[in-house]
Amino acid sequence: MGQTIIEKIIAHNLGVQSVKPGEIVTVNVDWVMLDDIMIPFIVDKFHEMGFTKVWDPDKAVLIYDHLVPASQQDDTRHYRTGDAFAKECGLTHVHRSDGICHQLMTEAGYVKPGDVVFGTDSHTTTYGCVGAFSTGIGYTEMAAILGTGTLWVKVPETIKVVIEGTLPEGVMSKDIILRLIGDLGADGATYRALEFSGSAIEQMSISSRMAMANMAIEAGAKCAAFTPDEKTAEYCEIELDEFQKGLKGDADARYMKILVYKAEDFVPVMACPSQVDKIRPVEELKGTRIDQVFIGSCTNGRLEDLQAAAKVLEGKKVAPFVKLIVNPASRKIYREALACGVLKTLIEAGAIVTHPGCGLCCGRTGGILCDGQRVVATNNRNFLGRMGTAKTEIYLASPMTAAACAVAGEIAVAVD
Amino acid sequence: MGMTIAEKIIARAAGVEQVRAGDIHTVTLDRMMSNDGTTHLTVDMYNNKLKHPHVADAGKMVFIVDHNVPSDSPKTAAAQKKMRDFAREHQIDFWEGKGVCHQIMMEHYVCPGELIFGADSHTCTYGALGAFGTGVGCTDLLYGMVTGTSWVLVPETVKFNLTGRLQKGVYPRDLMLTIIGKIGANGVNYQVMEFCGDGVKTLSVNDRMVLCNLSVEAGAKTAIFEADEIALEYLKSRGREPKAVFSSDPDAAYAKEYTFDLAEIRPVVAKPDFVDAVVPAEEVCGIRIDEAFLGSCNNGRIDELRVGAAIVKGKKIPGHVRFLVVPASQEVYLQAMEEGLIETFMESGAIVMNPNCSVCWGSCQGVIGEGEVLISTGTRNFKGRAGHPSSKVYLGSAATVAASAVRGEICMADCLATS
Amino acid sequence: MEQFTGKVWVLDDDIDTDIIIPTEYLAMKTIEEMRQYAFSPLRPELASKITSGDILVAGKNFGCGSSREQAPEVVKALGIRCVIAKSFARIFFRNAINNGLLLIEQPDLHDRIKEGDTITVTVNQAIEAGGKQYPITSLPGNLVEIIEAGGLVKAMRRRNGRI
Repeated sequence: MGQTIIEKIIAHNLGVQSVKPGEIVTVNVDWVMLDDIMIPFIVDKFHEMGFTKVWDPDKAVLIYDHLVPASQQDDTRHYRTGDAFAKECGLTHVHRSDGICHQLMTEAGYVKPGDVVFGTDSHTTTYGCVGAFSTGIGYTEMAAILGTGTLWVKVPETIKVVIEGTLPEGVMSKDIILRLIGDLGADGATYRALEFSGSAIEQMSISSRMAMANMAIEAGAKCAAFTPDEKTAEYCEIELDEFQKGLKGDADARYMKILVYKAEDFVPVMACPSQVDKIRPVEELKGTRIDQVFIGSCTNGRLEDLQAAAKVLEGKKVAPFVKLIVNPASRKIYREALACGVLKTLIEAGAIVTHPGCGLCCGRTGGILCDGQRVVATNNRNFLGRMGTAKTEIYLASPMTAAACAVAGEIAVAVD
Repeated sequence: MGMTIAEKIIARAAGVEQVRAGDIHTVTLDRMMSNDGTTHLTVDMYNNKLKHPHVADAGKMVFIVDHNVPSDSPKTAAAQKKMRDFAREHQIDFWEGKGVCHQIMMEHYVCPGELIFGADSHTCTYGALGAFGTGVGCTDLLYGMVTGTSWVLVPETVKFNLTGRLQKGVYPRDLMLTIIGKIGANGVNYQVMEFCGDGVKTLSVNDRMVLCNLSVEAGAKTAIFEADEIALEYLKSRGREPKAVFSSDPDAAYAKEYTFDLAEIRPVVAKPDFVDAVVPAEEVCGIRIDEAFLGSCNNGRIDELRVGAAIVKGKKIPGHVRFLVVPASQEVYLQAMEEGLIETFMESGAIVMNPNCSVCWGSCQGVIGEGEVLISTGTRNFKGRAGHPSSKVYLGSAATVAASAVRGEICMADCLATS
Repeated sequence: MEQFTGKVWVLDDDIDTDIIIPTEYLAMKTIEEMRQYAFSPLRPELASKITSGDILVAGKNFGCGSSREQAPEVVKALGIRCVIAKSFARIFFRNAINNGLLLIEQPDLHDRIKEGDTITVTVNQAIEAGGKQYPITSLPGNLVEIIEAGGLVKAMRRRNGRI
């Protein structure tokens, strides 16, 4: 009997031939990601549980991103707690202002194909982009992993998504994942793995795959999985070993469901307020007045996203009285965008470029809105009140669409 | 009886031949600036308190969103929306996220000879171009906006005769902090600081802005330089013409005169919690810091970014320090990118932010926590100004701030270079 | 068999973690400080009206969104005895179990009940509401272990010989 990607990763982790969906197993953790919002709670629980040592301090990565730069007086307490814990337990990987956790976990060379990773943030699903099994957990479970190096998981069933063909101009991987979430519903993949394949996926950059893996959680998925290929190897700066090369869904693997799409059928879409699965074609929303545009986040703050936006904005100006905020996902991306002139293009068009971090996406600062305002954003959630009040409307879109909206001052199609 | 530059500007604005310190005159304002710190309050008064609300001359008004950019709460967003909607309705020039208000005003509006009200205390910056800029509350600003006029009590002028030239490694900020330390935080209360003497010829418009900007910290109503060829060249390069170029008359009356030899100025630091608690930088060296801030309307221009970048180049900021670099405007930001300064900062581990008031105003970008220590090129070090009431702020030059960021404790650039 | 009765608060589908506790309040020092803001984007008055022993009944996908464990913690801190929903999001489910907040999946109850009703829950068996019985299933064994230990912290304390 064949296996899906996630089944193969879990089986390999356990040192067994195969695992079956529904089985409850205890995995050995390859990496954990701890973020700044949760760190005081993690530390408390860790001590409360009676642990004194982290099982492997070199496997924990502590990242400050939600609270950088500090927007409230108490925010820096989180840095101090994190620094003290890192010192106490000898953690060697600490990032204090280098960007968003989910960007750094692969970009900075931690997560590799086949790894089992947990993070205290729901978008930990992102690392599926390189063929890792990764998912979000709470701070109590994180504390338990830090002490034991293990966690129980239920082997998920897998939904296979096949996309064949070539995407039309003006359509980005964000449009695919939004459409998929719309088709599945916000709970359509709850407890399941989303496995992506097909020629359109093979053609995609790692960045594009990241955007999709990142948003798998918005359909409720436990994780996402992409087969590691040459692009993955180059991105991770490794040679794929036999196990990693074999991380593809077998022809006779058990899938709970198989969804097949033609890439040519995708169009630019938006998730409308205030549910991620309320998907509509941008075409149908054209002309809706907007107040602000946000391009950034662990979903769509990478170089290719900024480049796509810059291409739309080049030589143009952000519409009067509309604010465009651009937040690169990491220090590395910022520097690359600086070097290739993308930041200059964006600023000349009128963008406000902020320091890499979670920014507006996490709703604590970075362009919070008020009653009656409308924002088009490239991040992953448009929940009620997430970027302002319950009367603030959030539309989620691709970077190209977002840039086009900024220029028009209303919802617009990039290639029109 | 002769007049000082400030008196001449007021006389022109009042349409009279002669004014003297102590006179009260009704003046026609040349320009008014209001930022997101208070504009929403002005708009509320406009809408709720006036019988016949109207804007006298929208062309004289400038609204600038700079204090909380990008917005940190629905409350801030609502205040800024009120401002944005008002600007749109009345066709008032509106800037958002483009830089700190005084920098925007200097880059795009201020002309020698103008009388300018700004709803921000550091409006005194505009004296660098020979304009009379002064900070007012929102009631005064509202009156000015509705009538185009206001009243002024003609202030006395205090002469600051500058001689010589600043030594290498010493900056206008050291000079101004030294002056404030000497005359005290109320040393020139309600007076005008007029800078003159040979020494001013060694100071660029940027340098003069540093001096004028901090004059309010000595209690001044404003500070002013004569619009000389250096000022006029700056103006010309930006395609603007002076309104009027005034010099003080030889027989003008001064309340007091001071002389400062620039060559004698040394790097200094203002200690918490007072701008006039100025000591030689050596005295505070070694104090551990949590954050360093290079930016603000006082010290966030290209000159200071160059100084800072030269010091951090090739070095790494230690993990426990947050080094915030905040260009004063998008223009400065783009220039700094062009010169490779932003890359230098980013490579060192600094946090480079969008132009805004940032921690100088103690709001949403880089506030400091309980018991933390900040060394800053900002304007003020009042208790709690940058965050938690128990936090401490030291003020120093861009060089001292950058060197301190690299060292992780207060440090002079010279010491860093020799260590 | 454990049995309890409580007054019901009714919420709809897809109640996300940002509604349960907005990010704005996540960095507060304690759950006690946070709990007053629970559900504030949707129903700002709710947190102050809930009394100890009340029961929350929701539609599908309750707790979707972020991994913030503050979400089940504030619900528990408000005194909610248990949450009954058509379905739960995965991370919320784990976090609730680890904190000893009882979650019950029941597909039909939500659509046949109104706010203010009183219901009786017999754990692992059934819910009685308006004279009708709604069957419920029991939890998998490994989760029962965690709940029986009194949550994951206590389970780990036991492992580490601290109790």
